Amino acid sequence: MPGATDAKPTKPLKNPCNLCQSVRAILKRPKTGQQLCKECFFHVFETEIHNTIVDNKLFNKGDRVAIGASGGKDSTVLAYVMKLLNDRYSYGLDLVLLSIDEGITGYRDDSLETVKRNRDQYQIPLLIVSYKDLYGWSMDDIVKEIGRKNNCTFCGVFRRQALDRGAIMLNVDHIVTGHNADDIAETVLMNILRGDLPRLQRCTSIITNDTSEDSSGIETSKILRSKPFKYTYEKEIVMYAYFKKLDYFSTECIYSPNAYRGHARVFLKDLEAVRRTAIVDIIHSGEALSASVQANESTKLPTMANCTRCGYISSNELCKACLLLEGLNKGLPQLGIGHTTKIRRMAEAANLASGLSSPASLSSSAASGAAEENIKVVTHIKDLGQLETMPSLDSV
Amino acid sequence: MSQSNTTLRIELQFSGGMELLFDNQKTIHAKVPAFFPLDDSAEEKHAATIRDLISWTASNLLKERPELFIGADGSVRSGILVLVNGADWELEGELDYELEDRDEIVFISTLHGG
Repeated sequence: MPGATDAKPTKPLKNPCNLCQSVRAILKRPKTGQQLCKECFFHVFETEIHNTIVDNKLFNKGDRVAIGASGGKDSTVLAYVMKLLNDRYSYGLDLVLLSIDEGITGYRDDSLETVKRNRDQYQIPLLIVSYKDLYGWSMDDIVKEIGRKNNCTFCGVFRRQALDRGAIMLNVDHIVTGHNADDIAETVLMNILRGDLPRLQRCTSIITNDTSEDSSGIETSKILRSKPFKYTYEKEIVMYAYFKKLDYFSTECIYSPNAYRGHARVFLKDLEAVRRTAIVDIIHSGEALSASVQANESTKLPTMANCTRCGYISSNELCKACLLLEGLNKGLPQLGIGHTTKIRRMAEAANLASGLSSPASLSSSAASGAAEENIKVVTHIKDLGQLETMPSLDSV
Repeated sequence: MSQSNTTLRIELQFSGGMELLFDNQKTIHAKVPAFFPLDDSAEEKHAATIRDLISWTASNLLKERPELFIGADGSVRSGILVLVNGADWELEGELDYELEDRDEIVFISTLHGG
């Protein structure tokens, strides 16, 4: 063991902090290799996020901002830091917590308990929006119907819309999410591997707005989304939560093996082991690629319009959530999974035959009484009035 | 042979989901052999390091899914953070850190969703 004998921890200040020089370091920063003591780490971590917020002009004074909160490490640290920076630097933000209840027994119900504790600990009001209320189907229901294959497709599509719907109910200007640098680098890799240029663009921007590049002038959502942790490493988020003793929930979703992301993640960690800057390098290359996509006019990105059924932003006549719901309610859950264009054509042909305008006519292809009952809620978000009956804002 | 010469009292802590692999125990007070390899016929023994602790923990304490704990080269799986007496093990020599009696070793998983 090289040097082991002359490096006993009893020796005073074996590893002094690179900043204050006077306290033992407790963390080696993945970004820089710098070693920091606890207090200097807290200061640097918080200040970098503050700088990200200020440099990118994420907020305006008086903005009402929803923090997408799952109870996991990233969103718990985000809620804590947003509250702290809002107070410390007088951002003047009106903060609320927004959680999505996918309806996954033994997973989301437990993590929502964590969010409720965060609500009390940080004194931030909380709204929970459920798939069951929005779409008529919980993830437990969906998995019962379709099995464990492809259920993540439903969950992902539904979650994105659910967050927007929740934000509308809360009347917020902005949603912040806890995506960190490691998550973004993984997503860049996955989008490159799939050749998904629109998503590649979206995933690297620190701030997005569904309508910002929409020349059609149709607006569904003016709600901004941003990622204040875009340059924050996962290791530092976890260490921050550990040293601050923040209360977070850490169980993997019971339905999600998420194998593809898992491989991207391991690959990324292996790259990082041989090249410290791998994560920022990959984020940078994602940004460079999307800049060149934007510059190259011959690369057609889908034009955004609105879903004819629910009005949500969509590049097709029916948005993905309505397509998936139609499949569920007709007892044809494959609808919307796999080769979308082909299946859309099938769906459109089926609708021409049965008449698209009337949801009740959908029952012609699914005769059971249970299907009939589900059809009552097929219009999901079309009925914004129905949302009034959603759980009211659960204030502290 | 006195117990104190042959074993080290090590407090192991598991968090961030790591505890699920250890029967939901967040803290285990373990008596870890002070010298490895354990094979009596081994000619040369060395003082226990974290590398030894990881494999010893995997064979003696781990309850399920070893692939979620053990990674390449006898280390923990990438994405698991390790702290030695409250400090990042990257500052303490990582796998080669020599254990001392009453050390506190923390394993935190970063792999669970946020």
